[in-house]
Amino acid sequence: MVGSDRTNMKVELCGITLDNPIIPASGTFGFGREFAELYDINILGTFSFKGTTGKNRFGNPTPRIAECTEGMINSVGLENPGVDGVINEELPEISKMFNKSVMANVSGFSLEEYVEVAGRLALQKQVGWIELNISCPNVHRGGMAFGTDPKEAARVTGAVKKALEAQSSDGGNKPLIVKLSPNVTDISEIAVACEIAGADGLTLINTVQGMRIDLKTGRPVIANKIGGFSGPAILPIALGMVYRTYEKVKIPIVGCGGVSCPEDVLEMMMAGATGVQVGAANLVNPWICQEIIEALPSQMKKYGIENLRDIIGGAH
Amino acid sequence: MKNRKAEIISNRQIAENTYEMILSHDGTELKPGQFINIKLEGFFLRRPISICDWDEKTITIIYKTVGRGTEAMKRYVSGGSIDILLPLGNGYDVSDERIGQKPIVVGGGAGVPPMFGLCRELVARGSKPLVVLGFRSSKEMFYIEKFRELGLEVAVATEDGSYGVKGFVTDVLSDSECTSFFTCGPEGMLKAMDSTMGRGISGWFSFEERMGCGFGACMGCSCETRYGSKRICKEGPVLEREEIIW
Ligand SMILES: Cc1cc2nc3c(=O)[nH]c(=O)nc-3n(C[C@H](O)[C@H](O)[C@H](O)COP(=O)(O)OP(=O)(O)OC[C@H]3O[C@@H](n4cnc5c(N)ncnc54)[C@H](O)[C@@H]3O)c2cc1C
Ligand SMILES: Cc1cc2nc3c(=O)[nH]c(=O)nc-3n(C[C@H](O)[C@H](O)[C@H](O)COP(=O)(O)O)c2cc1C
Ligand code: FES
Repeated sequence: MVGSDRTNMKVELCGITLDNPIIPASGTFGFGREFAELYDINILGTFSFKGTTGKNRFGNPTPRIAECTEGMINSVGLENPGVDGVINEELPEISKMFNKSVMANVSGFSLEEYVEVAGRLALQKQVGWIELNISCPNVHRGGMAFGTDPKEAARVTGAVKKALEAQSSDGGNKPLIVKLSPNVTDISEIAVACEIAGADGLTLINTVQGMRIDLKTGRPVIANKIGGFSGPAILPIALGMVYRTYEKVKIPIVGCGGVSCPEDVLEMMMAGATGVQVGAANLVNPWICQEIIEALPSQMKKYGIENLRDIIGGAH
Repeated sequence: MKNRKAEIISNRQIAENTYEMILSHDGTELKPGQFINIKLEGFFLRRPISICDWDEKTITIIYKTVGRGTEAMKRYVSGGSIDILLPLGNGYDVSDERIGQKPIVVGGGAGVPPMFGLCRELVARGSKPLVVLGFRSSKEMFYIEKFRELGLEVAVATEDGSYGVKGFVTDVLSDSECTSFFTCGPEGMLKAMDSTMGRGISGWFSFEERMGCGFGACMGCSCETRYGSKRICKEGPVLEREEIIW
């Protein structure tokens, strides 16, 4: 969408043009339905739907949520309808309310599961990108285990890439974006490993491990004890990681973590992000993405930006 | 769902650690058992609070001060405003035929407020529920007279015996002749209600869970039921007796 006057918010993410860089982050936007009742979600660049696994999952015991200063901890544990449910029920619904490509967030507990779920979702017409979540801190044995070791990250990225390429002739070779965990010593090392293994893009970052303790009971607030911290408080962490990774890789980065206003979007892009995801902020203000998209042109003008894409990596 | 800046018409203490806040309302249709989600200055997540009562122009909520958020809320003064999302949750369906002529309405502590709006709606439909309320002590009691003003019989249990019957709501209650029941309160009370009431009697239970969003987006509040996973904020907070897995 061309904003007011001459501001242009278009960006290109792995060969697909987005009207603007704003992308609700996986797990904070469901499959879009709750938000489509509130505003026309076609104004979004795209959205990333809830992390999908091979089988449907209930997820972790409750409580799953704790509040923090300028943020929250979640330990949902990938509750989702499973790849069959997503293909048979959610995607048909999405097609009724959203006419753009959607980002399919994929999770798994084994390499085979990642390959299967990513492959099947990539064959769906409306899926524009596979976002491989190798960074979920809330499930044992899997998820983050793949995302904290460069060799494992490369192994799963390579296997999924190969499977996607193998279905090229069926239109199933969708761009592969790997979503990384901040819970590592050097995220750029994992990023480079994924790039070499064939990733077409990267999302940085998933949630930061953290916990809260209930003083009345003397026990952790959430049932799983430790969960994933996100929200405005983690913006500086995400910015630092996007900035550092931008210097090491050539593939586009989707910046995620703590974004809650148009200024944050500009910072994230200047650090090196092509697309910008908004997560926890959607939960507190369900209209936040609409508000950010509407306010971006005036912020761009304020800082003398005509083409949003020109500022990507501008802080380097 | 709407987002409103509701004006605070009043905010006053009505019992120990218990406050009543009256907010302006725009007439949006509400159901008993639904809740609002309140954004407080300086706190990231919203606070879910049941709708206690409402009319065309006002919404009444009653909250207990149990933590930093509700402690901050009690300092909000009339004339100010407060950011709310509403209406949230399924609420009670007062037109359900299974309710019958003699429902019992049972509330405990912070679970009492939604029972007031429920009773008012039941009375408006011509039924006369028996009301049983439980509190820790007489100091924390509220709204007894308001329930009586609806023309209802109200039995009270206090844990310390400072008013009514000493003990729990289940010590006051008998399931004889009742056609259905509604209950909201601490989980222990809900469980006790399930074991006290005769098997064949229809019941509706209102649950609490820690919430990320309150409108169905985050899966923070899920609960396993006999009909699959339900979100307390969306398919709840009211669950039917037969679907609950204790
Ligand atoms: C559907 C629903 C209806 C409710 N209705 C009422 C009501 O009418 N009156 C009333 O007094 N209380 C009600 N509660 C409980 C009320 O939400 C909590 O007491 C309140 O959120 C506590 O906030 P705090 O900041 O004071 O506590 P803190 O413990 O400091 O809060 C920290 C975090 O935990 C959450 N939290 C703490 N206790 C609860 C709880 N019991 N349930 C859900 N989240 C919690 C808070 O929202 C916050 O995110 C209801 C809860 C739900 C889920
Ligand atoms: C409730 C909740 C659920 C989430 N579920 C997922 C998920 O299924 N898959 C995933 O890749 N990330 C998930 N995330 C992480 C977010 O997509 C995002 O990476 C993180 O929250 C940081 O962004 P934020 O600070 O804007 O929230 C979830 C986050 C939250 C708060
Ligand atoms: S609190 Fe987010 S789905 Fe219920």
